[in-house]
This record gives sequence, C-alpha cells and structure tokens, in this order.
Amino acid sequence: MRGLLRSHLARSLSMLVLVGVIGACAQPTGSSPGSGQAAKPAVNILNVSYDPTRELYQDFNKAFAQYWKQKESQDVTVRQSHGGSGAQARAVIDGLEADVVTLALGYDVDALNIQGKLVPDDWEKRLQSNSAPYTSTIVFLVRKGNPKNIKDWDDLVKPGVAVITPNPKTSGGARWNYLAAWGYALRKNGGDEAKAKEFVTQLFKNVPVLDSGARGSTTTFVERGQGDVLLSWENEAFLAINDLGPDKFELVVPSISILAEPSVAVVDKVVDKRGTRTVAEAYLQYLYTEEGQRIAAKHYYRPRIETVAAEYKDRFPQIALFTLAEVFGDWRQTQKTHFDDGGTFDQIYQPDR
Amino acid sequence: MILKQRSILPGFGLAMGFTLVYLSLLVLIPLSGLVLKATTLGFDRFWDTITAPRAIAAYQVTFTTSLIAATINAVFGLLVAWVLVRYTFPGKRLVDGLVDLPFALPTAVAGITLTFLYSSNGWIGRYLDQVGIKSAFSPLGIVIALTFIGLPFVVRTVQPVLEDLDVETEEAAMSLGATRWQTFSRVIFPTLLPAILTGFALAFARALGEYGSVVFIAGNMPMQTEIVPLLIVTKLEQFDYAGAAALAVVMLVVSFVMLLVINLLQRWSEAKQ
Repeated sequence: MRGLLRSHLARSLSMLVLVGVIGACAQPTGSSPGSGQAAKPAVNILNVSYDPTRELYQDFNKAFAQYWKQKESQDVTVRQSHGGSGAQARAVIDGLEADVVTLALGYDVDALNIQGKLVPDDWEKRLQSNSAPYTSTIVFLVRKGNPKNIKDWDDLVKPGVAVITPNPKTSGGARWNYLAAWGYALRKNGGDEAKAKEFVTQLFKNVPVLDSGARGSTTTFVERGQGDVLLSWENEAFLAINDLGPDKFELVVPSISILAEPSVAVVDKVVDKRGTRTVAEAYLQYLYTEEGQRIAAKHYYRPRIETVAAEYKDRFPQIALFTLAEVFGDWRQTQKTHFDDGGTFDQIYQPDR
Repeated sequence: MILKQRSILPGFGLAMGFTLVYLSLLVLIPLSGLVLKATTLGFDRFWDTITAPRAIAAYQVTFTTSLIAATINAVFGLLVAWVLVRYTFPGKRLVDGLVDLPFALPTAVAGITLTFLYSSNGWIGRYLDQVGIKSAFSPLGIVIALTFIGLPFVVRTVQPVLEDLDVETEEAAMSLGATRWQTFSRVIFPTLLPAILTGFALAFARALGEYGSVVFIAGNMPMQTEIVPLLIVTKLEQFDYAGAAALAVVMLVVSFVMLLVINLLQRWSEAKQ
C-alpha cells in the first residue's frame, strides 16, 4: 500500500518534472545533437531522497537532463521521492526501486547494505568526499530580537529555555543535532563522555515537543510558536527565514557544530536489474561538477569544491566544524552507542532519575 | 446441517465459504503474520521489549486517553443523537452531516488543524493557556484528537435505536406516575445501553490504533505523551520489525480482551431487559 502510494506520488512528481524537461528541451538551443545519429531510447531513473532536498533536486534534475541530452543524446527523466530519511531507506529496502538514494546520513545508506545488501560494504568509498557531494551543518533559529539571548550551546541547557528538535530515533536531522550537542560538550569538557551525556540530558529536558521529522519541528517552532530555539539544518533555517519571515526569525551560529554529510549512493541491485547503472552513476557524478555544486549552494547546501565554495562564501556563516569520523567514528558504531534501543538517547528518558 | 435448515434462502455453503476466505485474506493471515514475526524474537527478548518502561508508559497513555475519549464520546454522542432524533430545527440535515466529517477527513489533516487551534498561540489554545491549561502537546491534546475521530461512532449507533423507540412508551411511563428522571433512567436508558456500548467499543478501538492525528498534537515525549502506535513506528524506523510486531501483538491481545468484555457487558444489558 505504502509502496503503491509512493510510486503513485513519484509518478505524479515525475510528470511534473517531465513537463519541466519538455519545456526546457523545447527551447531552441542551437546546438542540437547530430540529427543523423539515432536517438537512444529515453530512460528514467528514480532518486529517493529526504524531505528538505525537494527544491534542490527539482533544479538539479533539470540541469542534469540537459547535460545528459547534450552528452549522450538521450532523454532522461529523473523522478523524485521525498520523505523522512529513515522511512525512505525502509521503502527502498522493502522494494521501492530507487536507482539512486540521496539521504540525510550515512547510516540510512548503511541500512541498505545491512538489511538487503542493496549496496556493497564499501559504498561510502565509491565517490569522493565520503560519498557526500554537499554538506550542511546544525545551527540555531531563534525568534526576532533573540529574547532569550541564545548565543551558543551552553544557553540551550539554561532553565526556562525551550528547545525544539525532532526525535533522533525517527529523524536524520535530529541525529545530527544530537551529535552536534554531544560533540560540543565533549570538546568543552576535555573528552569526558559522562559530562557530555549530562549536557545532552539537560538539553533534552528543555525539549517540550519531539516531532518525528525535521519539517514537523520547523512547523512546531514557526507556525505553532512553541519553544525559544529550533535546532535545525542550516538549509532549513535559511528556508524558514526566507520563506516565512525575515522579520520574525534570526539565525544564531554556535561557536562549533558538526559537519553534516548527507550521503548519496547508486543502488546496485536496482540499477543492475533495470540496466540504468551508467546514467545513475553519471547523475551522482554530476553532483560533483561545478554546475551541480552551484545548484547545491543556491539551495544552501555547502559545496565541496573550493572554487564554488569561494563563489558562495558570503552565503554561509563562518563556523568551526567537526566531522563524525573525528569525534564518533563511523555511523554503525554511533547508531549503536547513541540511538539504538538502550542507547544514550533512551537513557535520557529512563524513569529512574 | 442444522444451521442450513434455519434459513429459507439457499447458498449458505457458498456464502460461508466466501466469508471465511475473505476474512482470512483480509484479517487472519496478516494478523498471524504479525504474531509469527513477533515470535522470531524468542521469549526473553519479546518479554523485555513489551515490558520496557517506555513501552509500559506508552500503554498507559494510549489506554487511558482512549478510554477517556470513548467515555466523552459515549456521553456527548448520546446527547447529539438525542437532539438529532427528538428535535426539529433549521439546519438539522447539515448538523447531521457534520457528524460524519471525522470519518472523511484524513487524520493527519485533523491532527494539524487541532494542533493549530489548541497550541498556545492558537484560537482556542491561547485562552486555555491563560487559565493554565496546556491542551496541545499534553495528554489532554491526545484526548481531544481521539474524541474528534471517535465522534461519529456513538451518534451513529444510538441514532437508529432512538428513532425506533416509541414515544408512547415514555408517555405510558409518565401516565403511570414515573418522574422524568425515572422515565429516562428506567425506560429510555436501558433500551439505548446496548447501542451506547457498541458505539463506545467502536470509538475505543478506533482510538487505540489512531496514529495520524495524535502524533501532531501529542508532543510525543517519551514516558509522557508517547502513544504505542508511535513507539511501533519508531521501532520500524530502526528496522526492528520484530520489536514492532511484539508491541503490536500486545495491543491486539489487550484490545481483543477489552472488546470481548464490552461485548459481554452488552449481552448482559440486553438480557436484563
């Protein structure tokens, strides 16, 4: 049922994208591919992604279709599907035929490997920069004028400050929030894990509402007026400020945060079955080109390529970032320690305090 | 054979066979799949999963809020049904149609709308907030959502019975010297009780499984406002299919027992008449 619904959604989305593509192709380009050469049959691939990337991939898919038409003289339609990162991964495991996945965190791609061997063990090493073509980070969104005077992580554990974050068990973004706070506390206390746990526990005691996803938390904070500060993806925070009111919210950049690396991967089992490996690989590679990086930067994802990063320097606040690997190791270990049943997050809510 | 003779219409065998297959495909096979999945845990892990403090807190939240919501619906559903059957007023048809809306509305929409109204800056929530009542993001919010989605059940089960109830019976009771209260409590109410119980059971069962509307308004705090269906979804997000099935089995068994008890109560109240 879910799959059906999803594929229906994907189909209607793809129709939208298709219309866009046709529109783009209809423009006289001048450099039409050699007309003597037989056109390859049109191909379509499905990109299964997480919530906030919707607008990014709408733009990117158009650009890629144009690029592919010019290079291979083949029409390509990229269908998109969006939802919570974990739920999306599960849909793929359960049989949603995604040629590529572009998810919020490495663990969700790991799940494709652990649960169904849909991708190989070393998927992360197949593309540059840990298979994360663009990055983001975790910042604070506060109400205009910053009435609670929130400047850094320490302000989040003060009594009377209400913090909005989604549930790390269900939301990819929330896991980055959690790890950013943990990493900050570790640094501050010279690597003392117990102190870090105490800090994060204090922080979550200030959380009045735990939504299941990042968009839900943004709504709770922005529309419902709950809480004093929202822990948010940088790109979501910019979106909230731009779309919902620059006169209502302010961005606060903490002294240090985590380098969030949303992972992408070709789903081997699917592309081998559908014979779409070439185009799927090219699609992900295109994310690493200057054009792809510019589109990412336009949508407030931090580009990896130096030249593009320099172009968009003013767009992103300066902030010291630590990586997951530096502080926590890999995702499997992190998931086990912090987010699996009985992990540090569950311990926060153990009743015997 | 005996069963067959009871009916004057032919086709018992065919109808019975179809019913069994139909119910198996739709209900029994999925449910046994669920139980089978849960058994892959082994007894110890099954027991640990279903008796974890968070799970127990979630059962409490789910069952108490569902019970309260079903009770509210039983009382006010009776009132609504009474008004709709016994009085004529302009716009009655419209009001009658309104009752079914909670059935038609996608529950997520209901949840978002109710949260909008009852959060501390919402139209209703702001006044409740002023008198110190936190409605959205508290157990009360859950009760509100569950009451909303369960509204049609009691109204729709009581309405036809009430329509069939002869006004003459009441008049007879009155003319034999019964007070108004006696007429209601000893003549009308016992007749309606089985229907009210059915509506209550339906509303209660519906509330137990409700997910869509509650997750928006509940706040979803572990140990406080986390409902069992959310805990199940959380387990699924962690690819813990067996753990999710285990919690679902508990819900199934408890719901089944409670519905059975309500059914027996209903039988008893019918027999008493």
